[in-house]
Amino acid sequence: MAEANQNQGATNREQVTPDLPPILGRGGPGGMRMPGKIERPKDTRSTLLRLWGYLKLQKRALIATALIVAITTVLNLLGPYLLGLAIDRYILPGDLPGLARISLVMLGAYAATSLLTWWQTYIMAGAAQRTVRDLRNDLFEQMQTLSLRFFDQRAHGDLMSRLTNNVENINLVLSESATQLVSGLLSLVGVAGIMIWINPRLALITLLTTPLLMVLFTRWIGKRTRTGFREQQASLGKLNGIIEETVTGQRVVKAYSREQVALAEFDVANGALRRASTQAQIFAGFIGPLMNFISNLGLALVAGVGGWMVIRGMATVGTIASFINYSRQFGRPLNDIANLYNTIQAALAGAERVFEIIDEGSEMVDAPDAQVLPQIRGEVVFDDVSFAYDQNTPVLKHVNLHADPGQIIALVGPTGAGKTTIVNLLTRFYDIDSGRITIDGHDIRALKKDELRSQLGIVLQDTYLFSGSVMDNIRYGRLDATDEQAIAAAKLANADQFIHRLPQGYATPLSERGSNLSQGQRQLLAIARAILANPSILILDEATSSVDTRTEQHIQEAMLRLMTGRTSFVIAHRLSTIRNADQILVIDHGEIIERGTHEELLAAMGFYHHLYTSQFRANTKRLLLDEPEIDAAQVAAFGTVAV
Amino acid sequence: MQAARKLSKFLKPYWHWAILAPLTMILEVSMDLMQPRFLQRIIDDGIAQANMTVVTHTGILMAVFAVIGLGGGVGCTIFAVLAAQGSGADLRSTLFAKVQTLSFGNLDKLETGKLITRLTNDVNQAQELVMILLRIMVRVPLLLIGSLIMGILTSPQLALLFVVLIPVTLVALIWIINKSFPMFSQVQARLDALNTVMQENLAGVRVIKAFVRAKHEIQRFSRTNDHLMEQNITAVRTVAVTMPFMMLALNIGVVAALWIGGVSVKAGGMQVGQVIAFINYLMQTLMSLMMVSMLTMRVARAEASAQRIFEVLDSEPEIKNRPDALANFSGRGRVSFENVSFSYSGDSHEPVLKQLDFVAEPGQTIAFLGATGSGKSTLINLIPRFYDVTGGRVTIDNVDLRDLDEQTLRSKIGVALRESVLFTGTIRDNIRYGRPDASEEEVLAAAKMAQAHDFISHFPEGYDAIVGQRGVNLSGGQKQRIAIARALLTQPDVLILDDSTSAVDVETEAKIQAALAQLRQGRTSFVVAQRISTVLTADKILVLDDGRIVGEGDHHTLLAGNPIYREIYESQMDTGATNHG
Repeated sequence: MAEANQNQGATNREQVTPDLPPILGRGGPGGMRMPGKIERPKDTRSTLLRLWGYLKLQKRALIATALIVAITTVLNLLGPYLLGLAIDRYILPGDLPGLARISLVMLGAYAATSLLTWWQTYIMAGAAQRTVRDLRNDLFEQMQTLSLRFFDQRAHGDLMSRLTNNVENINLVLSESATQLVSGLLSLVGVAGIMIWINPRLALITLLTTPLLMVLFTRWIGKRTRTGFREQQASLGKLNGIIEETVTGQRVVKAYSREQVALAEFDVANGALRRASTQAQIFAGFIGPLMNFISNLGLALVAGVGGWMVIRGMATVGTIASFINYSRQFGRPLNDIANLYNTIQAALAGAERVFEIIDEGSEMVDAPDAQVLPQIRGEVVFDDVSFAYDQNTPVLKHVNLHADPGQIIALVGPTGAGKTTIVNLLTRFYDIDSGRITIDGHDIRALKKDELRSQLGIVLQDTYLFSGSVMDNIRYGRLDATDEQAIAAAKLANADQFIHRLPQGYATPLSERGSNLSQGQRQLLAIARAILANPSILILDEATSSVDTRTEQHIQEAMLRLMTGRTSFVIAHRLSTIRNADQILVIDHGEIIERGTHEELLAAMGFYHHLYTSQFRANTKRLLLDEPEIDAAQVAAFGTVAV
Repeated sequence: MQAARKLSKFLKPYWHWAILAPLTMILEVSMDLMQPRFLQRIIDDGIAQANMTVVTHTGILMAVFAVIGLGGGVGCTIFAVLAAQGSGADLRSTLFAKVQTLSFGNLDKLETGKLITRLTNDVNQAQELVMILLRIMVRVPLLLIGSLIMGILTSPQLALLFVVLIPVTLVALIWIINKSFPMFSQVQARLDALNTVMQENLAGVRVIKAFVRAKHEIQRFSRTNDHLMEQNITAVRTVAVTMPFMMLALNIGVVAALWIGGVSVKAGGMQVGQVIAFINYLMQTLMSLMMVSMLTMRVARAEASAQRIFEVLDSEPEIKNRPDALANFSGRGRVSFENVSFSYSGDSHEPVLKQLDFVAEPGQTIAFLGATGSGKSTLINLIPRFYDVTGGRVTIDNVDLRDLDEQTLRSKIGVALRESVLFTGTIRDNIRYGRPDASEEEVLAAAKMAQAHDFISHFPEGYDAIVGQRGVNLSGGQKQRIAIARALLTQPDVLILDDSTSAVDVETEAKIQAALAQLRQGRTSFVVAQRISTVLTADKILVLDDGRIVGEGDHHTLLAGNPIYREIYESQMDTGATNHG
């Protein structure tokens, strides 16, 4: 690869941005990294050790790669040397057979280099991708064991970026940067050694100027670009914030005719970004011409000083030819290593973020002697249960309840009273702080979580659907259900009708989050899913969202059908559900303040009575076109200024 | 290259930089091209003749040329950056301004998420395209042609190697590009699939846990992950052929030049320096070729971005002011719909609204009731002219909306939508959004009317409390109340509440209604609601079904004579019990 490196100067200068074109082997979203924003690992040593744990599995590939890299580096060093030799020994004396021999040797060396380079990339591609796959799988499996508390506290975007960007950074380093770094370091030592061996004096002059200049320049530019890029990043973030907010609220902007204001605000931020990035890009752009300059200067130095030495008999023409290559081979890794350093740092920081999740404590682990739950009848008891999501604010205080098999328990109360929390505890999404919850007399903490949950059926208000067909989504309730069973469940859930009207019936693919179905239809599907699962205990969070009247009736019917014969906990909003309940628990501020049937509670004239009648009082009042009492003063205040 | 040509329009204000950049680049490239020539002179005229003066002079000349080249390179960098950043900022600003002129219909088609990507990522890509075009795309062909010419000048005999090497590398490169490009889009597609699984797992975590489907999900993920890995390996391995192959082609060329050169030197037809110089030119030619191919892929990517940008820039706002639009207009807020039809996508689809006729007199409150999809929100969107009618006309005080200036019309209308979008800033800023010059008393009064004052006062910072992006730190009901206050503060002639109290509990809603009732004089109000309790006090209730008005009157008349209304009423009186829990 002798002369090939002579022009690395030219190649090099195009790689000003670290963003390589895709032909060099990078797909993926990490492709557009912003330069300058460099994350740094906190504990490099232990992160490296962890990564090694994954790499160990690819040991054979790694050893092969290391060997190949060592061989190709030596072959690369051989090239320029052979070239010089060819000139001095054979071309100048006119020894054609000798030239033929050395040409063949060179051809062989080049062919071997190319072949080995390809082989090494081939092996490393597999090893790197497998490692990254393992890492992704581990991350995902870990996520499945994490508690809801964890997901409550983390932004989804943050978790996504760990799985994509951070893993992609690691991928990049494994498949390219690591070998580049090794071969770069080996080349540095090798080139310096071989130059000194061929001609110590010329070597000293070359080694003292070119690399020195390069280091000086890179440091000078590096300092300026780092601050420049930091500013660019900051103003870009600000601008993107404005863009995101304005475009998301574009309809409001238009409704209030605020286009001009938005534009003015945008232009200020846009101008700031332009100034910051102009400065950053100019300095970063200097690297190219400077590297080119240094390489040309090196050429002049080797040619001039070398020529002088040849005439003085201190060197040969072949030496000059070799040195021209070597001086460039020396400069390139120096520049590369500086870039690689940042890439590797970013990858390590990414790895750290990935491991952070993998190390996160799992959801409360089953007790070692956890029991398998037998088929349950559905007797649920809360015995003096207290709970707090965080230590300071108790959400449930000394809750007692007793549900007999087949009963419908309606949970009623204002927002934040703790209704959803009761449900979260029963499913063991969270573990209670004190007291105990039993099902058929078994403390649920002594049961296997998965066993417990598979006997509970849950229909949540925010119905979540997965990408896949309608059938897949119903079958989510029981994976081994036949098509007939799934369709029967859909019929019971009143979903069969609308599914038939879909373009492909049960095979209709649902787009992400089921956005091609109406909210009511999604709820019907969720009910079908729960029917198919055939749970012994049912938990329903009735939807408050606006669904049209007819769909609402369908939903209600389906829910009643679903509840028959199962112990059901319903966070109730509909009067019909409440009336049908065997027990109504009125919850306020984490306590059950009233319990009983609809009639009993009404007769008690307490909180429930107030809740119930406030709805009707408001309605009746307005039916009579009565003006409800309001603060007359506040209307007056507004009236004077506004009307 | 279509989009690139359109982009050049944005370079116009920076034409001097855009011209200076390639010019200085020519300077740098020609200095580079001279270097091997000087090297040849040092070897053949200096060393071979033992002429020290030629050696030192040429050496110094090389250094001087290197410095001049540096000047050229630095100049080119500065000019190219100035041109690219300037035009990029203009492009972004033009695009943003364009988005501001788009009507709701355009926004529906373009989709918010995609618009944001265009304004951020795509503009950056386009900017990079300008940089590439100005710097590298000029440099590389210059270098390619220059070294080709210099190679021929150095040795016409050796230059015959070009005839073999250039086609071979070109064919190989084109093959690789054609083969790898679809592979990498496939990688991208599989990565998207992986992200989808991940996203679904994050959003559906409760369902997964509830149905104990962790194993199922892990299998699903692992399958998708394997697919991605396999495709990645195939793609990387295919591309892995490129570099070694190119290097091999280059090095075979070097050895061939060395051999042919060696033979010629012996025959006395050539000198050693010539051979060395030629090898330099050969390398440069083939390397430039490789760069061209890589850049083509990069340009292709940026080109796609530029195309997406122009898709927005070229879209015509569906609603535009007429040249003679009425800007000075005062009225009392009499709104009338005359035989109005509307469909979202022109005439091709079934209309959403069909031949509607009704009048809202100043001071009246008109309520709309009907099932989801019956056309309530669509109807209301026609009043501020968010969309244009497809048939018939909407008038305000007997003037066709289309004859009015857009801003004038909207300044008379206050709208609170169901999905209440708030902006980063204080609560006060958000309430004042429609009228930044409103006084403190007015802000407070509006907030009180909207029943927002109490909860705002509970914040430690009160009205100065910061609303996070998209109002993340407020509940749905709180956001809606701020949005109502925002609408009230503009003191509109026409007030539109589009299901804007859906997340507010019934008691609070009743208070808002009562407060609004006090202000009814001189203000026409439109109310869309799902809950019947919201519409009870309206002067006129319009019952919509499938885009038609199927009932009109006040509560009592409708309850007595309209079966659909009665059905809705009865179902809600039975089911809409307790407050929102």
